[in-house]
Amino acid sequence: MNENIISHEELAMTAPTIKISARNVDVHYDKTHAIRGVSAEIPSNSVTAFIGPSGCGKSTFLRCLNRMNDTIKNCQVSGDIMLDGEDIYDPKVDPVQLRAKVGMVFQKPNPFPKSIYDNVAYGPRIHGLARDKSDLDGIVEQALRRAAIWGEVKDRLSAPGTGLSGGQQQRVCIARAIATAPEVLLMDEPCSALDPIATAQIEELIDELRQNYSVVIVTHSMHQAARISQKTAFFHMGTLVEFGDTKTVFTNPRDPQTESYITGRIG
Amino acid sequence: MLTHILILMVLALALLGFWLGKRKAILAATSLHSLPVHYASYVLLMTILPASLTLAIWSLAEAWLLHDQSLTLSTTNNTLAQTDTALKSIVVIIVAVLSLFFAMQKVSPEFRARNVVEKFILAALMVCAALAILTTVGIVVSMVFETAHFLNLHSWKDFFFGLDWSPNFHGDSALSILPLLWGTLYISCVALLVAVPVGLLSAIYLSEYASSRIRSIAKPLLEVLAGIPTIVYGLFALLTFGPFLRDLFGPEGFFAVGWMSDTRSVATAGIVMGIMLIPFISSLSDDIINAVPQSLRDGSFGLGATQSETIKHVLLPAALPGIVGAILLAASRAIGETMIVVLGAGAIARFTGNPLEALTTVTTRIVSQLTGDGDFNSPETLVAFALGLTLFALTLGLNIFALYYVRKYREQYE
Repeated sequence: MNENIISHEELAMTAPTIKISARNVDVHYDKTHAIRGVSAEIPSNSVTAFIGPSGCGKSTFLRCLNRMNDTIKNCQVSGDIMLDGEDIYDPKVDPVQLRAKVGMVFQKPNPFPKSIYDNVAYGPRIHGLARDKSDLDGIVEQALRRAAIWGEVKDRLSAPGTGLSGGQQQRVCIARAIATAPEVLLMDEPCSALDPIATAQIEELIDELRQNYSVVIVTHSMHQAARISQKTAFFHMGTLVEFGDTKTVFTNPRDPQTESYITGRIG
Repeated sequence: MLTHILILMVLALALLGFWLGKRKAILAATSLHSLPVHYASYVLLMTILPASLTLAIWSLAEAWLLHDQSLTLSTTNNTLAQTDTALKSIVVIIVAVLSLFFAMQKVSPEFRARNVVEKFILAALMVCAALAILTTVGIVVSMVFETAHFLNLHSWKDFFFGLDWSPNFHGDSALSILPLLWGTLYISCVALLVAVPVGLLSAIYLSEYASSRIRSIAKPLLEVLAGIPTIVYGLFALLTFGPFLRDLFGPEGFFAVGWMSDTRSVATAGIVMGIMLIPFISSLSDDIINAVPQSLRDGSFGLGATQSETIKHVLLPAALPGIVGAILLAASRAIGETMIVVLGAGAIARFTGNPLEALTTVTTRIVSQLTGDGDFNSPETLVAFALGLTLFALTLGLNIFALYYVRKYREQYE
């Protein structure tokens, strides 16, 4: 039995499917060189954590993965980022469709000033994912169930999403991202505005989401990265210092900078 | 002695007090409670205030008494006035000197001059605020009195529910507000039909699409429109836009339809007024759309929405309360607008639905009723106050509703 499980894990380790692969990515804001030559391969059906001190470029790199940096003026991205082997910066790719495939959850819960139902139905409506009302109802319910908040809101779907608590709002935002049926979920410090209980709920949720999506999460908390991720990337001063299995990065880091950060000497 | 010389003397005393107070405070040299300038200001204020209060009360009483005595002989009156002025000057100077003296007595290291001076400043601020509010109350009260006077002379039923407006000098005028109100509302609606779409869409363009360079040029240019005096818009309506409309729709016009006989019409005044209101709506809406948090835009883009979907489904609903407030404020300006309609709308009070015909509004009738040479106590003149009060009630109601609406829905994204 035991041996069997290990061999499965080993199999998964040796031949993971690569969802996103980035090669020599550079980002400039005006004259600031925010990301310097980052290359990374993000596997599917797993949680990848980006850690590093503030201003190290981890959020900027995350926002490259769904071209959210396009909305910022003066932001220039170069290098190759492939999603399932397709260059997402190819002129043929519509960033709008890309973002439907690569969903995003933000640092601060940002529900629209609409009802909970309309918040979750927002993506399916603009992308025409539902054929009719009952279909849409189903999508909304499933998204809310996957985001582990269905039980709390099912009786008040028409109440405004802004009236929920911070943790509930963030789970509605996760449901909203799930409802557009993405393949990748990017999370930019999703727990930084939440209390420990809400954080624990979101972490549990992220672990479940791994079965259907590749999750990339930026976090300030090394404990959080250690708890929920399978892969960890350590960023420092715009460079990717170390990228590997979470267990290795935290117990036996290759780079002395990573070790200093993890043991709390820098950052 | 003349009053202004008296005032100058009190001021000179006060300045002397300022200097003396400062000197005494500096010479005291032990640890002072306040800065020397506070002691100086205290002495200055204490010198001016009692003296000017005395002067004001004396002058008021004087005016009152002389008014009563205006029937007595002018010679006695004259000597009486002279002794009175001399006495007044002496009393005021004595009050000023005495208060200066007492204020100087008070100056000591323990005395909290700073707190006292700050209380004076607080009182001055409160007086200014009260003045603004009291003026408004005064305006309303005077309007109410004149309106009551009018309603004594004229049937209120005719005023509020009659259908005719035809003032004459035989004393049997039909003075009804309804045809005027119809003109006001019709022209305001035309103005809003022009201003709201253009203003709102330009606000969306400026806040969401325009590059910062275009924005920095276009926004001030739009706001220049708001600085044009309304009489200039009125001239534009009368001399340029009205003739242009008649050239299109008049009997000999481009379309040869003969719908428009005069250059003055609802459309002339309404469209020009709409142009006047554009910067009002665009500038307010632009600020409101900009105030929608960036996180909502990010959230929408992050779900794969395009810019226009984001504006339509997220930004506009979030900004709607503010936009509605802006529209209501613009509406109350349109209702109260005078110069454009005086020059552009015409003077015929009637109920017509044709936007190319002349109509008249409440404001133009107020102007014409008060600028004629009719007897001031006739209902034909006093009706202006009733019209004004009705208009005031209307715009006040709109403003209150706008503020209420904006406040009620404002907190949605916080």
